[in-house]
Amino acid sequence: MKALLLCLWMVAAAVQAQATDPLEARTQALAAQLRCLVCQNQTIADSHAPLAVDLKNQVRAQLAAGKQDAEVIDYMTARYGDFVLYKPPVKASTALLWAGPALLVLGALTGLALALRRRAQAAPEAFEPDSDLQDDDLR
Amino acid sequence: MKLKTLIPLLAFGLLAALLARGLQLNPREIPSPLIGKAVPAFELAPLQENAAPLRQADLQGKVSLINVWASWCAPCRQEHPLLVDFARRQPQVQLLGLNYKDQRDTAQAWLKELGDPYRAIGFDDKGRVGIDFGVYGVPETFVVDRSGTIRFKHVGPITAELLRDKIEPLLKSL
Repeated sequence: MKALLLCLWMVAAAVQAQATDPLEARTQALAAQLRCLVCQNQTIADSHAPLAVDLKNQVRAQLAAGKQDAEVIDYMTARYGDFVLYKPPVKASTALLWAGPALLVLGALTGLALALRRRAQAAPEAFEPDSDLQDDDLR
Repeated sequence: MKLKTLIPLLAFGLLAALLARGLQLNPREIPSPLIGKAVPAFELAPLQENAAPLRQADLQGKVSLINVWASWCAPCRQEHPLLVDFARRQPQVQLLGLNYKDQRDTAQAWLKELGDPYRAIGFDDKGRVGIDFGVYGVPETFVVDRSGTIRFKHVGPITAELLRDKIEPLLKSL
């Protein structure tokens, strides 16, 4: 019983330490912005791949050495390229990626507006009568 | 036939062409920002006893092929005979090894079993130099020119075709 309590206390203390340690919090925040190169749809914060653990240690060590967040990000992109950023930066090569959804919505809305206007201006004869409807159905 | 009726067909053709192109690309291949840049500064202890260390300066003045490998890496075993053969055929290119996150004794035993084609091997047990080289999937192979600039990088095991069609013509032009 004593051992169990001690165990629980240790876990609680560890969790508390992780939550309150500002260095650990910054490390986690940065790690959540960096892509794991091995398991490419995870951040290095989520991944347990050996490289992700190494990179997380690298982030922690650099922050402990007094580096700014931006400097750590630069360190990673210098080695692994923009791919390492979970959120791609806005630049010429990614312009279509960022503007794409807006362009699609714009295109769809333009198409809709044109179609509606054409329909509003069309004469009643332009609409095909419902030829397969019998006269009784209308009555 | 009116042009308008062809639009769905054209749209389908365009989509099919885009998807076919997409199938031929490798989404796991990450473009390295290090191509065209100088090899990072590094200094590594040698893997073998009584050998010289491996450092950035060793890449000056010679065309080099740097191969990142480890004894725990199965594809490395697959590509290894090609490297042994390459070193015999092309002695003017210096083939260097970067032993990545390995254990010294198992790595040495691996070379004893399969042959050691490397002119020098750096022992990167912590993987720190690997990170500086942007290594993420062992094996990786780098082509470095005489000025110490990285010209080409391949992730994954090299194949006879890649060596013949890409790496060797590039080495010859350097």
